[in-house]
Amino acid sequence: MTDSPPTTKLPAQSPPVDPAETEAAGHATPTATAGPSGGLSWWHGDGGEGAKRNLALIGVLLALFVIGAATRWDLYANPDWVWANMLSILKLASVVGVVTVGMTFVIIGGGIDLSVGAIVALAGVWCTTVATQSFGAGGMIFTAIIVGVAVGLVNGTLIAYGRLVPFIATLAMLVAARGLAAEISQKQTQISQNSTINGIASTDLLGIPLLVYILAAVVAAGWVLLNRTTFGRRTVAVGGNPEAARLAGINVKLHTLLLYALSGLCCGIAAIMLTAQATSAQAAMANLYELDAIAAVIIGGTLLSGGRGTIVGSLLGVIIFATITNLFAINGLSTEAQNMVKGGIIVAAVLIQQIQFGSLSQFFRRNRLTTS
Amino acid sequence: MTGHDAVSGTGGTPVETTTGEVVLRLTDVVKTFPGVRALDGVQLEVRAGEVHCLLGQNGAGKSTLIKVLAGVHRPDSGHVEWLGERVAFANPQAAMRAGIATIYQELDLVADLSVAENAFLGHEPRRFGFIRRGHMAGRTRQILDRLGHAEMPPNRMVRALPAAGKQVVSMARALSHEARLIIMDEPSAVLAHDEVENLFRIIRELTAQGIAVIYISHRLEEIREIGDRVTVLKDGRTTAANLPARETPTSDLVSRMTGRDIEYVFPDRPAETVVGDELLQVDGLTRTGEFADVSLTVRAGEIVGIAGLVGSGRSELLETIYGARAAETGSVRMAGRALRPGSVGAAVKAGMGMAPEERKSQALLLGEPIYRNVTLATFARYARFGFTNMGRERAEADRIAESLEMRPRDVRRAVRTLSGGNQQKVVVGRWLLGDTKLLLLDEPTRGVDVGARAELYQVIRQLAAQGVGVLLVSSEVPEVLGLADRVLVMREGRVVRTAPADELDEPTVLDLVIAGSLMEGAAA
Repeated sequence: MTDSPPTTKLPAQSPPVDPAETEAAGHATPTATAGPSGGLSWWHGDGGEGAKRNLALIGVLLALFVIGAATRWDLYANPDWVWANMLSILKLASVVGVVTVGMTFVIIGGGIDLSVGAIVALAGVWCTTVATQSFGAGGMIFTAIIVGVAVGLVNGTLIAYGRLVPFIATLAMLVAARGLAAEISQKQTQISQNSTINGIASTDLLGIPLLVYILAAVVAAGWVLLNRTTFGRRTVAVGGNPEAARLAGINVKLHTLLLYALSGLCCGIAAIMLTAQATSAQAAMANLYELDAIAAVIIGGTLLSGGRGTIVGSLLGVIIFATITNLFAINGLSTEAQNMVKGGIIVAAVLIQQIQFGSLSQFFRRNRLTTS
Repeated sequence: MTGHDAVSGTGGTPVETTTGEVVLRLTDVVKTFPGVRALDGVQLEVRAGEVHCLLGQNGAGKSTLIKVLAGVHRPDSGHVEWLGERVAFANPQAAMRAGIATIYQELDLVADLSVAENAFLGHEPRRFGFIRRGHMAGRTRQILDRLGHAEMPPNRMVRALPAAGKQVVSMARALSHEARLIIMDEPSAVLAHDEVENLFRIIRELTAQGIAVIYISHRLEEIREIGDRVTVLKDGRTTAANLPARETPTSDLVSRMTGRDIEYVFPDRPAETVVGDELLQVDGLTRTGEFADVSLTVRAGEIVGIAGLVGSGRSELLETIYGARAAETGSVRMAGRALRPGSVGAAVKAGMGMAPEERKSQALLLGEPIYRNVTLATFARYARFGFTNMGRERAEADRIAESLEMRPRDVRRAVRTLSGGNQQKVVVGRWLLGDTKLLLLDEPTRGVDVGARAELYQVIRQLAAQGVGVLLVSSEVPEVLGLADRVLVMREGRVVRTAPADELDEPTVLDLVIAGSLMEGAAA
């Protein structure tokens, strides 16, 4: 008699998630036909809240711009410098930005990927070995991407089919992939001799760095994938309510696997970009990228508990971080102070998120679901 | 009728049998949330030692009212008198200290703490900062004794207790605070039939000690059995106060809740049920500890109902047929073809659809718009080369919303904002898209108000008339009997009786369902 899990016995109306809303629903039904959730239907993948939040993030960027202008008017008075500075911010944001797109998918899908920095390092090191470099630029790009996807598949398999908690599986991968990268490179910095690869970071098209184009392409592809494809829809469903997704016939495990593979793919692309920037690769590269990427995703308004988030928000999160770095650099301030400010921004963003979406209760509900 | 009229006596004959003094009095309490007047002039009077029942449909304001009493919400206007003094509780702790304890549907216990630790959570007896464990256990034992559960060990982990035991712990917590009013929000919803009897026994012991109880339930028969007086809420107002719980006719109560006169409105049975070929064949299905050797069939156009208590294995059976659990032995066939066990995908592909027991946690993406919830199982069909076709999805969802009379009709609204009945329509509507041949419904009307219920019944009948097979699980026997063509009675994981619905009546089914549990209760 006691076999069925307690969660299935609770009455359906019960979870006191939002008292006002439950009552409100009952009341509003007879009359409330007006007032759709938002007029921005073309934006629907992100929802009205997402759009509003993104506007707020753009406001933050403008504020940072004003701060910059106020502190270094001598520089900002020159439009050419401002343009060049913006491009350098975007270039600075490009590698983490690509990683963040993959991270956004994983987090919306209800997971987390702590191994992204390590995957970038492993892919970077692997594609710059003497053997790989002998295959030319194509071989190097192919290798980086294959390594990224393969590591992502291992993550995904452990999580989806091995039932490891994402945090633990990818933490283990973080350690292991860096170890393997150190092993392969024998702790040496591997110089990239390939001028095509190195040229990726130094080429400009129409005055804009190629790296920024790559970031734009990955972000655009990510946006379409999330908001306009069945893959994106499944991601939201799997992250929002895995049980509902499963009972609707969605293959939750397979999809979870694919999400980590996607993250790995983004890491592979980022590895090429970073290798090109440094014209070399080493096991310690892309250090702590996982934290930068997660922070950007959170600032961008994606729920850490999954089910809701935006690519545009994540991109803005990355750009905000890069802008802060830039702001500190042009004012000649220390990276220590910079890190403290970044930490404060993460906390502020999460606090706002909790107030806006009541995500804390969602997080707890979700935890109960997954541990039962 | 206004709330004032009702209180001054036109709502029914006030009962004078309750002799206790008035402990709680609410006058014209109003509480608004943005856009909604959740409470719109509530009157309530509760006496010491009585069981005061609150009756009302979903959305009538019961939950808000409880939260006002429990100190979660503060009323916008009107006043609350507690023990003769006007009060406004700043927070739940203040209400608790004043002697008002609330037991919510979802019990707020800590699963990994013991019975005693839960009972005294937040006000553990202490000395020099250390918890006096022995003292606490002793006092818990006393309280459990008062509740008639002296056999429950105070050091047992709450996780290990069944639902009924957890409820006892919640009540122990209320008593540990010397509560003089205990509010119970649908306490019977999580209990099996014999456990409800035990709950009533406890309530009687509490009221005998002069404690007042506010009892909320959707089940009229319980109110008749345990209640002294009834206050009816509708649309945030008191429509009748202090009606005698036993004597007031059902039709009277229901009409004050709804303006309607009957609780179950089943559509008329079709003159002849056109039953097609065998659709679902289940043979010897077994999962140890859940159900054993279950065989059944469902034909196209037939509604088969499964009656049984919570824990009789009925939900587990349904989920196993659907592939959400893997059977140990036995087979599930759809139209003659065996399904891969433990694969929901295979079941859906073969034409099955399921509306699970827990709408919110098992079926819905609450933050997502209605249309995406309706198309959750079918969005890939409208997609082209992996690109979703949202225009088409919205149009299909619109069609479903139209035919199910979903309110609100705007399919872009988040499902979170819908009432329980409309959320259920979203879940059922999901399977009206595509080519569902067999619909598995687990408690389709739980938490659904009377009006939406009738509409859901209509939908289920219509589906059957269109040739869809329906396998229905419900703990409400009248629902199974009123809706199904054929009924299976389950008890302790086994089908104990299969018969056409018109050969069974409610007492017979209840008897079959309960017999085993009573024996088990006696042995415990």
